[in-house]
Amino acid sequence: MELLSGNEAIAQGAWEAGARIGVAYPGTPSTETMEAFAQKDDVYAEWCPNEKVAVEVGVGASAAGARVLATMKHVGVNVAADPLFTAAYTGVNGGFVILAADDPGMHSSQNEQDSRFYALAARIPIFEPADSAEARTFTKMAFDASERFDLPFLIRSTVRISHAKTPVETGPREQVALKPYEKDPAKWVMMPAFAKPRRLSLDARIATVQEWVESCPCNTETIRDTSIGIICAGASSRYVADALPHASVLKLGITWPVPANLIKSFADKVERVYVIDEASEYLSMQVRALGIPVSDPVHPLPKNGELTPGTIVHAFGRQLPDHEQPQTDLPGRPPALCAGCPHRLVFKELASARCIITGDIGCYTLGALPPLSAMDTTVDMGASISMAHGFEIALAGTEHRPVVGIIGDSTFGHSGLSSLLNTAYNKGAGTICILDNRTTAMTGHQGNPFNGITLQHRPSREMDLEGLVRALGIEDVRTVDPNDRTAVRTAIAETTGAEDELSVIVFRSPCVLLRDSFKLHAPYTVTDACVSCGACASLGCPALSCDGTTSAVIDAEMCVGCGHCAQYCGFGAIQQREEGK
Amino acid sequence: MAASMNSTAQAVPYSDGALTVLLAGVGGQGTILAADLLARTAIANGMQVKLSEIHGMAQRGGSVTTVVRLGKQVNSMVADEGSADYILSFETTEALRAIPFLRKGGLLLVNDESIKPLPVLTGKASMPANAQKRLLAYGAHLIPASRLAREAGTVKCANVVLLGALAAGMDFPAESWEDQIRLKVPPKTIDINIAAFRSGMACIEPA
Repeated sequence: MELLSGNEAIAQGAWEAGARIGVAYPGTPSTETMEAFAQKDDVYAEWCPNEKVAVEVGVGASAAGARVLATMKHVGVNVAADPLFTAAYTGVNGGFVILAADDPGMHSSQNEQDSRFYALAARIPIFEPADSAEARTFTKMAFDASERFDLPFLIRSTVRISHAKTPVETGPREQVALKPYEKDPAKWVMMPAFAKPRRLSLDARIATVQEWVESCPCNTETIRDTSIGIICAGASSRYVADALPHASVLKLGITWPVPANLIKSFADKVERVYVIDEASEYLSMQVRALGIPVSDPVHPLPKNGELTPGTIVHAFGRQLPDHEQPQTDLPGRPPALCAGCPHRLVFKELASARCIITGDIGCYTLGALPPLSAMDTTVDMGASISMAHGFEIALAGTEHRPVVGIIGDSTFGHSGLSSLLNTAYNKGAGTICILDNRTTAMTGHQGNPFNGITLQHRPSREMDLEGLVRALGIEDVRTVDPNDRTAVRTAIAETTGAEDELSVIVFRSPCVLLRDSFKLHAPYTVTDACVSCGACASLGCPALSCDGTTSAVIDAEMCVGCGHCAQYCGFGAIQQREEGK
Repeated sequence: MAASMNSTAQAVPYSDGALTVLLAGVGGQGTILAADLLARTAIANGMQVKLSEIHGMAQRGGSVTTVVRLGKQVNSMVADEGSADYILSFETTEALRAIPFLRKGGLLLVNDESIKPLPVLTGKASMPANAQKRLLAYGAHLIPASRLAREAGTVKCANVVLLGALAAGMDFPAESWEDQIRLKVPPKTIDINIAAFRSGMACIEPA
């Protein structure tokens, strides 16, 4: 028995099922799945620039006869939606299973969308495990079912499945040979003449799946007190087990297509049916669509955020345990850019230049928070560049503040490149800052095309970022050290001053957490010359404090010696210590 | 003093009878390793375990909590207010933040150190007044984890000192914890980590 996270268990299940190919773009809470899969024997796994590419590589590998695992976070499914919808039409050759990891509660995401609506819309069956043991078993079942029904299968996890560790009994790998590939345009060429019959085939395949889910062992019915019947799935089902131990429960392991007859027969056995679901009305919509009335608990369940056993106990009108009230005088502890983060000065200077700053997804989104407060927008991967263009064309001909898009290296590779192609093609203006910290930092330092590090450390090469940008016909392309205040300020002033031109500044310096390439220097300290002006604290470095009344203080343990703060001290009061660290 | 594994009368909302341990701290402090060692020790003693943690953005210096639930049977992997049998906090402000989760009679173990969050560093907010005194009023045991870790060999093993304090309040044999530490930490640091664990254990009277 092993203690595995849900992500590790999905990787284990895929490996045991004989999957030989893994494709993904990292994204919390899905990332560790492909990292774990990549370390297994006899598999090929790669990071792709984005989820659409990953799913397309997966469709190709499946067509060629291999069992394939693709993993992504919920918003990654949006990016992959195009191939996904049509992959339901084509079906598979080798089994194809796709993990969609949702983030109810938005611990590390920009929205709280529910991937089960994709299953419904694309007509791709979806498994929903409730712990790591089920994550492994359901993944294996999904591979078999994928080949049996000629459909890709989805697995939906949430943070409390992906990032919860629970015991798992593991097994050996099934030896699955590559299935022969035979040319079959009627199955694989989705032009109207072939897609129309394939649409009918999809209906027929789904009809057989609907029959199969009625008796699939992943759904479990437990009849106890028949006055309350709960329908639930995933993590919520475990909370129900705690909060309502006497209730009758139908726990669904497949949430599209739902087992209609099983649900109807369960509803007949109980007086009232309740649906307990997290941050979504998906499941209650499915039950209501069967003509089954769904009762409301005494207090409504929250419509957003995560559930706990306590929220369910409360909803059913029972007492919660006594507890102390929250303390009212505690300072918040928001996440922050690390001490020495190479992004910090860029945000400081952009804010000083009073730019309109369209931001993007990554660690650097933290530049939006005080005291830097240097971001106007964040929507999705790549939007910094396209939204900057939107601002520019809307404000053209008016007096406006300079518009600057800011994006990380991995995010640029993900979808910023096509946005920049658009701006260049349409002769747009503005300044694009690419923060190249040599890694995909927020999700835990994965490789990407611009650092040339591949998932299984196969030889690759660093893509020429500046060369790529120049190839779009953009003439003003600069490479700047983001740790040099003067250089940063000059580059921003010059590029934002050229109003009708499109400029790209590549700020290149390694992430402070990359201990192999980030160079640690002796820490800095504050001398008696400090006048407590607070200029240094406006950088928001967690190693430096200055409340505006007493001298600034630098935490020598935390300081990495980047010297950013010293460049903002007008009194020469921040000096580097002599000893090394 | 300690919440006992055999006699705990579980309040709602949990009916699985499992113990709930909440580890609170600041992203990057090593709560995840401590939680992992706790989970593995419980498994080695024949218990079921669920451990839930948060990755991603919060790891950049934000408030983080890790929950470990252990018992003969475990359903939920999250903690509710008023339900934690143990809170092990790596920092005083985060301990105060976690107070609502402590059940009546639960054990509160707190590293005696404070880490200022960014709003305090920039002068926009203040640290809570008399944090240690308030924690003591809630029955907290304050552990000088960094000092003890330094004495053991490196400040980096403060998390293992805190784990030792937790171990003193639980029913697993000390050898069982130490076995898991030996399996999990880098070989060169085993002696330092065992010393750190024992010094944390010595802070708390046995259960």
